[in-house]
Amino acid sequence: MLTQIVTFLIFFAVIGCILYGRRLIRTEKVDAVFGNPERARGGTHWVIVGSSFLLLIWLYYSWDIAKGFYPKSANELCQVAKVNDSLLGLKYQFPIEEREFKSTSQIKKENKNLQQILEEIQGSNELNAQQKTDLSNFIGKTNQLIPLLTNEDLLEIETKQKINDITGKINLLTENFQKPNYPFETEQEYNERKKAVDEEGGWGIVKVSAGTGSIENTIEVPLIPATKRGLKFDAAAQKLNLISDEFFKLRNHNPQFKFKIKELKNEIKSYRKELDSEDLASTYAKNIVKIARRIEFASIYPPNALDKMQDAIIKFDDAQKVAQGGLRLIDIFLFPAGTIVASGPSCSEQGSGRWLPKPSDTFNKFALMLKPSVGYKDIPLLWIDMVDVSKMIGFILPDWIADILPGEYPVHTKDGIVKQNFKGYVLKIVTGDFELFKVPVPYGHIWDSFMRVFLGLVFGIIIGVPLGLFMGLNRFAKGFFDPLIELYRPVPPLAWAPLIISVLGIDNTGKVFLLFMVSLSIMIISARAGASGTQLSKIHAAHSLGASKKQILRYVIFPNSLPEILTGIRVAVGMCWGTLVAAEFLAGTTGIGFVENVAKKYFQYEVIWITIFIMGMLGLLFDVTLRKIIDKTIPWRGKG
Amino acid sequence: MSDLVSQNLNMIFKTPKGETVHALKDLNFTLKKGELLTVLGPSGCGKTTLLNITAGFIKPTSGNITLNDKEIDGPGVERGMVFQQGALFEWLTVAENVNFGLRMKNEDPVKTQKKVDEWLEIVGLKGFGNTPTYQLSGGMQQRVALARCLINDPDLILMDEPLGALDALTREKMQSLVLKIWKETGKTIILITHSVEEALLLGERLYVMAPRPGRIHKEYNLPFASMGLKEDLREIKKNKEFSEKREEILEMIWNMEEEIMGKDN
Repeated sequence: MLTQIVTFLIFFAVIGCILYGRRLIRTEKVDAVFGNPERARGGTHWVIVGSSFLLLIWLYYSWDIAKGFYPKSANELCQVAKVNDSLLGLKYQFPIEEREFKSTSQIKKENKNLQQILEEIQGSNELNAQQKTDLSNFIGKTNQLIPLLTNEDLLEIETKQKINDITGKINLLTENFQKPNYPFETEQEYNERKKAVDEEGGWGIVKVSAGTGSIENTIEVPLIPATKRGLKFDAAAQKLNLISDEFFKLRNHNPQFKFKIKELKNEIKSYRKELDSEDLASTYAKNIVKIARRIEFASIYPPNALDKMQDAIIKFDDAQKVAQGGLRLIDIFLFPAGTIVASGPSCSEQGSGRWLPKPSDTFNKFALMLKPSVGYKDIPLLWIDMVDVSKMIGFILPDWIADILPGEYPVHTKDGIVKQNFKGYVLKIVTGDFELFKVPVPYGHIWDSFMRVFLGLVFGIIIGVPLGLFMGLNRFAKGFFDPLIELYRPVPPLAWAPLIISVLGIDNTGKVFLLFMVSLSIMIISARAGASGTQLSKIHAAHSLGASKKQILRYVIFPNSLPEILTGIRVAVGMCWGTLVAAEFLAGTTGIGFVENVAKKYFQYEVIWITIFIMGMLGLLFDVTLRKIIDKTIPWRGKG
Repeated sequence: MSDLVSQNLNMIFKTPKGETVHALKDLNFTLKKGELLTVLGPSGCGKTTLLNITAGFIKPTSGNITLNDKEIDGPGVERGMVFQQGALFEWLTVAENVNFGLRMKNEDPVKTQKKVDEWLEIVGLKGFGNTPTYQLSGGMQQRVALARCLINDPDLILMDEPLGALDALTREKMQSLVLKIWKETGKTIILITHSVEEALLLGERLYVMAPRPGRIHKEYNLPFASMGLKEDLREIKKNKEFSEKREEILEMIWNMEEEIMGKDN
């Protein structure tokens, strides 16, 4: 529904904006030399056209337009695909989509093979004359098998009857298929099918409430026919499967053929017995018997024996194509770059619709994942948890406070009762083993990623800024710390990741430390640049106004370095964000990068796109926030 | 005695190449309280070095300089300084800049607020207290710098080409302001300038310095500054004596410059 509205809106927006743009051009002054002087400005209307086209291409190639306008089409195409799949074997026997009869090409092929062996045998130096004669004899006999199969006069009545049977079944199917109420479903069958269809669900992710949020894949294309038209094809496909099986079980073996082939097999068998099994003649004999067997089991029929069956199949094929009706147009125009393919028991999207998730699916999945009870891998994307303040107190206070108190921890009495003492109570407090009021604390994948970047950045700022200022003002500090920083800074941060993760663990510590390393060098360099760039006259002025060295640092050098420091933070945020996602790819159990990595393993393209979207949005949010902060805190930047 | 006394002041720099530069040689002078001294000279004559020594930013190689009988050893509040470019703190507003010195002394903000307002009115910036300094014009910035320096009530004000970067009109206004402040506060002022006219107009006393080694070449006692307190500055410039003095000094400096060029060639 939404997809339809969006598609229409896009159409009207594009047309409207183009018309507006055309009209605007007519009203603008045009410079004779330079063209339209306004052209560099672009315009919202062209922005709308551009983004609409992008969205339209996404909607179209992800087959979301097909899904929006014809939600049943995938299911129906799946049934059609089933029919095509069943029909494939039968059609293959006839020059319908092939150039030749299957029998003809088989005969051609085996004749060629026999000819090749004959030439090899006659040209061979290792075979003696007797062997050559024997083997040529076998080849001749094999060759003579073929006419026994293709001679219409030898075709048994029984086989003819069976071919007629099969042809009759196909014709009946065609006749029934063309009836509007085929496959004559009873009410009970109808109800059962409807129930199964409801259970199976629709195409893609339709029901937001469905799923537990774990990593199971939803069915791409529903298999059970949901519509009358689909049911028709499904039933026909099942029938065709039976017919096809029956045909391929049928063998055109008349008594003469049976006798001849048995004779040939026995002759070759006894011939090979006399020879050493590694003898070349034996190998040739074996190859000849292989060809004979292939001829035996290839469905080779006399040239006109299957004519009626071919007509029947073509008739059915035409009938099913007619029955597809508008579905064929939908398939051609709304399923670009691929289609629905049935293979064995399942149907799947093959083509751009597979890896390009439908916008509607993506948003539904996103809405689903946003639910705290669903999330991803049992962890919500972003939610709040009520945490008792005591836990935080226990986390902050070190446990050794209780240890250094005089006295002993309580020991249980012989009655099995533990009597608390003061030391015991203190231990309870420092370990957070008590109850206070609860406060909401956010958690989830997004929060985890955010916190890692935030903590890494904060630690980097806390240590980097003072150190950088110190290095900017002091030759010793500059010289002493420079090698240390220059040693690790040029290394791509991710190169450190395996080492740091294996030392500090895959959890937060390792990642925060990695991000701390990333932000530290950036903060040091920017703070250093800020400090060393302070004009001497400002320091002199402050000094002669009575400021002490400390005051100069606090009130002159620090604020003077702020533009550089804040720009450094902005750079560091970008770097940290990029590094974090890659680090979460490497190892971990939470975070946006982790979600994407898992989704990749399960081919959940929607989730991959969702994580890409979330990361883009968060990155943008960071940057916009920082830009706002920079504009607020250092309005003098570039103006002083 | 609240005089500035310099005795045998010497300043010798060593360049990284090992050459020695005699920036100041045997400088002897006394400046009485309330005098306005302008210092003039070609580039490299040691004007700024003299000012930096007086301010306490650098130490002389030999000799000593005392203010109120106290030897100058490092910067101090009793010697305020006004720089060529204002050297204002852009992250502070006009009022906060003016208040800077008092804030560093942890004075009561309510009291300092009053003082700041007073000084802003004196330098003609009433109502600009909350303006960020980067929005001010060059002349206004120098007014802020003056107020910032004067609010500390220094005994001596050092001005390092304070009006050098201003346009002619603003410069004239600022010259009147300097004279006005000098008269009203009775501060001792040393003003370094490149402009002969300015040196003549503002200087109660004028030193023309000569380079290599830096020394006082000639000393003048001038009436124009006291005249400027009553008369319009432009009228003084039309004065015959003023023109004569100007030509004399200009020629003197030209000769010095030529001498340097000759030496270079």
